[in-house]
Amino acid sequence: MAHTKTQFGYRRHGDQDRAAGNVAEHPVVVVGAGPVGLSLAIDLAQRGQKVVLLDDADRIGEGSRAICFSKRSLEFWDRLGVGQRMVDKGVVWSLGKIFHGHSQLYQFNLLPEVGHKRPAFINLQQFHAEAYLVDRVGELPAIDLRWRNKVVALESRNDGVTLTVSTPDGPYSIHAGYVIACDGARSSLRQMVGAEFTGQVFEDQFLIADVKMTAEFPTERWFWFDPPFHAGRSALLHKQPDDVWRIDLQLSRDADPIVERQPENVRPRIARMLGHDKFEFEWISLYKFQCRRMDRFVHDRVIFAGDAAHQVSPFGARGANSGLEDAENLSWKLDRVLRGQSPASLLESYHVERSAAADENIRESTRSTDFMAPATSQEARLRQAVLSLAKETEFGKRMVNGGRLSVPSVYETPLSTADCDNWRGGPRPGASMLDAPLAFRDGQARFLTDAFISVGTNFTLLGFAPDEEPEAVSAIRIGGEYGYLDPQGLATSRYDAEPGTTYLLRPDGYVAARFKHPTHAQLDAALARAAGFS
Amino acid sequence: MTLSTSSNFAKPDDAFRAIVEAHRNLSELQSADFDAAMVLILANHIGDIDVLREAIALAKRRVLDAGQQQQQQQQQQQQQ
Repeated sequence: MAHTKTQFGYRRHGDQDRAAGNVAEHPVVVVGAGPVGLSLAIDLAQRGQKVVLLDDADRIGEGSRAICFSKRSLEFWDRLGVGQRMVDKGVVWSLGKIFHGHSQLYQFNLLPEVGHKRPAFINLQQFHAEAYLVDRVGELPAIDLRWRNKVVALESRNDGVTLTVSTPDGPYSIHAGYVIACDGARSSLRQMVGAEFTGQVFEDQFLIADVKMTAEFPTERWFWFDPPFHAGRSALLHKQPDDVWRIDLQLSRDADPIVERQPENVRPRIARMLGHDKFEFEWISLYKFQCRRMDRFVHDRVIFAGDAAHQVSPFGARGANSGLEDAENLSWKLDRVLRGQSPASLLESYHVERSAAADENIRESTRSTDFMAPATSQEARLRQAVLSLAKETEFGKRMVNGGRLSVPSVYETPLSTADCDNWRGGPRPGASMLDAPLAFRDGQARFLTDAFISVGTNFTLLGFAPDEEPEAVSAIRIGGEYGYLDPQGLATSRYDAEPGTTYLLRPDGYVAARFKHPTHAQLDAALARAAGFS
Repeated sequence: MTLSTSSNFAKPDDAFRAIVEAHRNLSELQSADFDAAMVLILANHIGDIDVLREAIALAKRRVLDAGQQQQQQQQQQQQQ
């Protein structure tokens, strides 16, 4: 951790010297400088918004916590200007292996095809990711990041929210047009708006240890059911940067957490797994978890994102990644509403889209957890049948659930225009754009996701030798007289395109509509719908 | 597709016998393990989630009906 700045100073702000009747007004206040709050603030600032970002601590949290960041998250971070740094530091992987006892049951490749800028996943300690995001914030004068500023009270008004903020110099107040609560699973803002946070509590206990060692294991996600070194339970091994390895061991429901988290008790467990004890502990944590979400992510002018709004089990990399998807979903909508380009009701689509995604994440991670920790003897029997069938059947392998890894949700949303043409493939409205390798006309390579960034990550028409297009929208042209080349034909096949095919992409890179031969009127109507005028 | 409940085997007795005989000489626990594997194999062969759900509903009604009958019998016995 030595080369990463993790400690930040509190600085008194002019807002704190204002008289009670002359409180500072800010269009957006983001609460919580974790990965979600930082990313959201950067995206808003890049779109031209001024953002106040408050955090109750003055340091980046210790421990690895989240480690798996998805392709989707990396593509978002590319748009924020930090993707390359994350990938350079991170451990790239796409292969997972599942073992049962001594033998390997099967392996899966999360990104078997070529022609994508970003890998399926990187592993990167959360504190590295946060530190890079904080560095990026430092390059953006539009973000006013205030450490040791803790929101202690919230009062809704007609046109915004008044926050009371506690600091080492005492409390002060600010007015916010919108407050975005990214203050984590124990969100105090959630309590301040009086929202329920309900769901399923799991009694199973898991031990996480990040250990430092030099080892020659491949950069793959290894998951064991009933391994010889940890009989009757599950185990996970995954590589992180800096020679750190994530080990996750399922413990019994009645294990004593105080006893189990003692390093002298963890050490023999890990040594049994590794076959040696030449390792140092970076971080040990014992956890139970809940799968739950808020009923409403939008509480008038207080909007919740990330763990503050929803929590899942850690198997599947659905925590931080879904929070980042929240951020990319919300920022362009909030930007448009603040500019008066879209009605405030556009924000409701954030709740519609992201609460459905949260339900999907909770469903997937609950299934994984139930498979790992069967609740009844019959459940255990069915799981045993799956594991034994997996040895000799393909369908058995596919039923083994050692954590289904996060993929972007496909939104059923009022912002989408239903297909009116016949499609044999390609991302449908509500799905996220697919990357593909393109080339400039001089042959120089460029990925489609980079082309999207270069036109400004706004509403964008992706046209394959398009007939015509409205002038008010950014455009990426592939083929035709002036467009990018598609040297391998992958963009054309991934988008099921023929000359004239046009996709309307939202500013977050999701497909809003697609047509084989659109008219101006069709594109205008799709654009209006996607912007919240429906 | 919907769940077929018409008779599909040319010789239904053969099918029933084959299943019964598969359980011969198995302990209760082994029989339960065998059934679990059989259910998964057959479910995958059907490969249609709607048909599977219909089958589950039909099978579950047997269990619930049997439970109700048992209750009624107990009540009748108590009344007698």
